[in-house]
Amino acid sequence: MKLAPIIRIALRALVRNKARSFLTALGIIIGVGSVIAMVSLGQGAQQQVEQQIASMGTNMLIVSSGGQRSGGLRGAMGTGTALTPEDIQAIAREAPAVEAVSPSVNASVTVVYGNQNWTTRAEGVSESYPAIRNWTVASGTFFTPMDVRASARVAVIGRTVANQLFAGEDPVGRMIRVRNLPFRVIGVLDSKGQSGFGQDQDDILFVPYTTAMKKLLSITYVPSAFISAVSSEATFAAQDQIEQLLRQRHGIRPGQEDDFRVRNLTDIAETAAQTTGVMTLLLGSIAGVSLIVGGIGIMNIMLVSVTERTREIGIRMAVGARSRHVKMQFLIESVVLGLAGGLAGIAAGVGVSFVLSQVFGWPQLLSPAAILASVIFSVAVGVFFGYYPAHKAASLDPIEALRYE
Amino acid sequence: MNPVIEIRNVFKTYTGGGEPVHALRDVSLTVGGGEFVAIMGASGSGKSTLMNTLGCLDRPTRGEYLLDGTEVTRLSADRRADIRNRKIGFVFQGFNLLSRTSAIENVELPLLYTDVPEREALRRSREALGMVGLAAREHHHPNQLSGGQQQRVAIARALVNHPSLLLADEPTGNLDTRTSIEIMNLFQELNRERGITIVLVTHEPDIAAYAKRIIVMRDGRIVRDQPVENRRSAAEELAAAPPPEEEVEEVA
Repeated sequence: MKLAPIIRIALRALVRNKARSFLTALGIIIGVGSVIAMVSLGQGAQQQVEQQIASMGTNMLIVSSGGQRSGGLRGAMGTGTALTPEDIQAIAREAPAVEAVSPSVNASVTVVYGNQNWTTRAEGVSESYPAIRNWTVASGTFFTPMDVRASARVAVIGRTVANQLFAGEDPVGRMIRVRNLPFRVIGVLDSKGQSGFGQDQDDILFVPYTTAMKKLLSITYVPSAFISAVSSEATFAAQDQIEQLLRQRHGIRPGQEDDFRVRNLTDIAETAAQTTGVMTLLLGSIAGVSLIVGGIGIMNIMLVSVTERTREIGIRMAVGARSRHVKMQFLIESVVLGLAGGLAGIAAGVGVSFVLSQVFGWPQLLSPAAILASVIFSVAVGVFFGYYPAHKAASLDPIEALRYE
Repeated sequence: MNPVIEIRNVFKTYTGGGEPVHALRDVSLTVGGGEFVAIMGASGSGKSTLMNTLGCLDRPTRGEYLLDGTEVTRLSADRRADIRNRKIGFVFQGFNLLSRTSAIENVELPLLYTDVPEREALRRSREALGMVGLAAREHHHPNQLSGGQQQRVAIARALVNHPSLLLADEPTGNLDTRTSIEIMNLFQELNRERGITIVLVTHEPDIAAYAKRIIVMRDGRIVRDQPVENRRSAAEELAAAPPPEEEVEEVA
């Protein structure tokens, strides 16, 4: 059997019904396009999150109070009250693998300067915080251990807060009101941009954690703290030391559950990767459903086509086409529909993912595996959904088919 | 030398629900090489069933059919497709050309299902179109051709594989008188000059008179089988007739 002329016949049949062929392939185009766009989007998000986490430093640990227990209920991490400022100081003093510690006390606050006001997040931290989280001061200074000890009403503001409150003015040295308390701005931070989760990291105001606890929140415990180990290799040692120290300080007996939790960035990165991975898979499989719908469209049109061309099939059989010649002809048509749809879908998917990556400011990650898989899958869809119509065509009785009007 | 067609005691019974229909009852027939046979009969006489059987489109319920000395009734569907492809040329009443496909490609169709290389297939198709006098029309589509021209394309298609047997089912049924004579002239020429064996089904005695032998069927049986007396010659009739209104190409 000669394949080339049969392919030519199939192509010509598709070209004859241009609109119909295009609409049929459109199902596959949308399916493949959305799979590629979604997978690319998911992977872009994943890479962005991973980069963000890596940029926090590989030697960082987070210790937080365990969930608060009331009766049988356990609250979320960081809602407990188990960690005290003394615990934090003890960690800094006694754990040899720990380099620096900074509590993190968060409050949502409204900041007023002159007739401007802005609602932002105030984070109470220690003087070690900029080193742990890679913040740098653009103008002025960060606060000193003295400010922390004295619960001084001083603030270091992020770029966004500076822009919102001080249009063009130099904020350093100005007095602002935070929850109606006067604070002196002593520094403005360099911009950090958006986080991997789309938050504006510059929309922030840092105050000494002592000030935040006493004056803004009136609490005596520390919800969580950032800790840097002396090196990234020492992270696990630091984690062990902190856990031992805190169990001892909190009088937790062996076998009893911790009332705090120490996490390192590897854990966090894994969790984040898992989350975005699940998201990618979910988006990809929803898009995959549309591929199947596209395949059903192919089957539908091929069945119509077989019925329309019954007489043609009869003629071909009368002049000597074997069943498999006829089957091959229709199968090639559906495979070409699938393949053409797949290739156009790749173009569409690449285009859409480019636009999306521009919108979200993520890198455009095109997975060659996803592209190859969608080509193979669209051909497979063509074969799978084209087989039944082709088989139906091939099993026609030539006498009946020739009589068909 | 084997006869082209040799059928012995062929029965065909359709049992599609209700009373069985006996389309062929004990038909035996031998057609030698170079014969020109017309099969006549009213509708329901079994002539179409006989045609389908001769054309290897249908299998008899009982009996033997030797085509060119080969028993074909017990062959698989694929083998019968090959036989149709290589040994039989079909010409139908309704032409049965592929629409939106050029004349040359219609003629080429049977060669598509052979191992003949494309270049050779094209050469043979051109030759066949030349034989029916349509060499200049190879790129015309069926809807750009007259009925007679369409039937000639169909005849070229039937001839392209050099078959042992040309089967024509009411080939002039859709054509006017003059065109019918032209087609019969073509058949007579092919039979006379190239020795092609032709079996033609018709219900018109006028058309049957162009053949050399007439077989009449009734109720699934052959009731008469005799040579044609006063055989008509299409060539002479065409020469005597007034010139055609539309231009007719010289037939090879």
